[in-house]
Amino acid sequence: MKVLAALSGGVDSAVAAARAVDAGHDVTAVHLALSRNPQSHRTGARGCCTIEDSNDAFRAADMLGAPFYVWDLSSEFQEKVIEDFISEYAAGRTPNPCLRCNESIKFEAVLERAMALGFDAVCTGHYAQVFQGPSGPELHRAIDPLKDQSYVLGVLTADQIAHSMFPLGNSTKVEVRAEAQRRGILVAAKPDSHDICFIPDGDTAGWLSRQIESVPGEVIDVETGNKVGTHAGAHAFTVGQRRGLALGNPTGDGERRYVVDVDVSKNLVMIGPPVLLEIDLIETIKPRWAGALPANGDRIHVQIRAHGDALPATLSLNDENMVTIQLDEPLRGLAAGQAAVMYDGTRVIGSATVSRSRRSASL
Amino acid sequence: MAYLDNAATTPMLPEAVAAMTELLGKPGNPSSLHASGRKARRQVEESRERVASALGCGSAEVVFTAGGTEANNIAIKGIAWDQRNKDPRRNRIVAGSTEHHAVLDPVRWLGESEGFEVTWIKSDASGEITVAALREALGPDPTNVALVSVILANNEVGTINDITALTEVTREFGIRFHTDAVQAPAWLELDFSKLGVCAMSVSAHKVGGPHGIGALIISRDCHVTPLIHGGGQERDVRSGTLDTPAIVGFATALEITTARKLETVSRVAALRDDLVKRVKEIAPDATYSGAITNRLVNNAHFVFPGCLGDSLLMLLDAQGVECSVGSACNAGVPQPSHVMLAMGADEDQARSTLRFSLGWNSTQADVDALIAALPSAIARAKRAGVPKVTTAPVRV
Repeated sequence: MKVLAALSGGVDSAVAAARAVDAGHDVTAVHLALSRNPQSHRTGARGCCTIEDSNDAFRAADMLGAPFYVWDLSSEFQEKVIEDFISEYAAGRTPNPCLRCNESIKFEAVLERAMALGFDAVCTGHYAQVFQGPSGPELHRAIDPLKDQSYVLGVLTADQIAHSMFPLGNSTKVEVRAEAQRRGILVAAKPDSHDICFIPDGDTAGWLSRQIESVPGEVIDVETGNKVGTHAGAHAFTVGQRRGLALGNPTGDGERRYVVDVDVSKNLVMIGPPVLLEIDLIETIKPRWAGALPANGDRIHVQIRAHGDALPATLSLNDENMVTIQLDEPLRGLAAGQAAVMYDGTRVIGSATVSRSRRSASL
Repeated sequence: MAYLDNAATTPMLPEAVAAMTELLGKPGNPSSLHASGRKARRQVEESRERVASALGCGSAEVVFTAGGTEANNIAIKGIAWDQRNKDPRRNRIVAGSTEHHAVLDPVRWLGESEGFEVTWIKSDASGEITVAALREALGPDPTNVALVSVILANNEVGTINDITALTEVTREFGIRFHTDAVQAPAWLELDFSKLGVCAMSVSAHKVGGPHGIGALIISRDCHVTPLIHGGGQERDVRSGTLDTPAIVGFATALEITTARKLETVSRVAALRDDLVKRVKEIAPDATYSGAITNRLVNNAHFVFPGCLGDSLLMLLDAQGVECSVGSACNAGVPQPSHVMLAMGADEDQARSTLRFSLGWNSTQADVDALIAALPSAIARAKRAGVPKVTTAPVRV
């Protein structure tokens, strides 16, 4: 196959591309330039976006004998990932930009361009597996539970999965690093990337405060309806958050208070005792299915954070744009905007965006 | 492989390789006083004379630099500083909007960091900087201008500027004039003494010489404030030990290129014309950018509507045809060409370009290979399309 390997400049994508070459594919490498103003050197543990990363990717491609190009996706990334991230936060939701990037950049803009240019598949260093199932290709968790990235790939549609190649899914990170070492890939010891790639110092709240106008407002105790403090800007708060409230102990009962709701339209941060964070009914919108549509009442597992647990639940398909997930056991703290990725065992069924979560009558 | 990117760099002439390699193992710093030093000095000075003779200047006017970019930086910063030191009113730099980044960026830097005012000269639709446009840029008070810089032949679209006509304008006001002539020596009759400029940049690797060596030709009466201080080599303008083998390689290449110019130009012009004709047959919707006649004979530049230049380059590369999108790269990312934007192209057009540049050893087979590879590349690149740009790039 003619394979387009996306090389970030890190270990994983380099080993993934090397495995694609070993498997006999005709591999061409691209580095995605996502930043408008790339820094020359890496700072902190990030795996993309600097000229140094681009050079690392070039060297890795060179060692594999793969032609190398840089594709400028910075406009698309700005519009579909960064601006979406800002507007979601501004609307009081908590988005996952990595999912958005996979959905609209890596497996949409890049994959579509690759297919048009005559490639058969896009290969990345994500830890996930694709198997041929009875009704087409299926996306499954990687064997390394610590590295499994099927969550951030949960937005892929069946068609995108059919043209994706994840050669690392059957290995552990330790094995991949050792393989990089053995192959002489120069970035073998490069640290893993964490955090959000476009926020270099990892200070998401500080970064957002420079993008979104902060209007001070009131902090309300939901149980009493009383104003118990002020905040510098509602968008900086996420459901489940306790730090940064600086309220002391407003009720005198010794129980800690958490953000239980953020109402951006009224610029209110609602706080309450932890029990109010417990929810068992998740309403989601914009579902994307990795294969055949599930059925109403299907027993599933749902994951709501990149490295969260898979929680047993029951699925209800309200209509084609709305899915309700009833958890077996309540969960503490779920913000609108987070992605709920649904699994059948290790297989990804699909994903949807949390619009609302609440306590069911039975709780 | 068909190499059609000679404007980026052209292969070294075998004679230049031989002359240079012969010297690589020899001792001798041209500034040393012993026999080896004197021998190296002789090589350098003979080379200086050969370069001067090819470029129509005096040998004392040749300052060897580490290439065209350095020559441009020395001229632009050095002359601007010197002129302002002598007359603080001269605080304005006027430069073409189609300059190479090696001029564009030092001029911008002087504006941003050194307090100079910058005026960009408008280009016409063919990429030419006309006398009228220069006069307009000079404005009502040309006497506050420290320096004018206009490229001799554009690196992207190959349009040639009439430097002699332009310097007639600046001479009226006693304004210093620099020209970036890096693309010119292999293809044009170049006579420094007739251009009316006080400084001219050239580079060896565009004429079949080695990389990392070039020259700034500076007239005797033109002072420049040096950027690099040290041993005082090259008239104190450019300190640093002279690279004797590279200088000899440069002189050899320039001399031979000049001697063979007539023959090369007519042969390459025929190849280029054939290339243009056949590209237009394959892609009737493609537009030929730049001037028709007033252009470097080795340059062909097209806009392929609906195709990202980037995609075409990759698809042609995969078929062994090497060319360029024509514009500068930022971390390997081609930016929409500022030259095309200055010529009035829209952003999609400025991202849909390809430059084919022939060289001294280009052959009919190179053109044939391009023509064979181009149809499928265009079809695929069209399928991939040109992504929408949401934010305008910086215009000059």
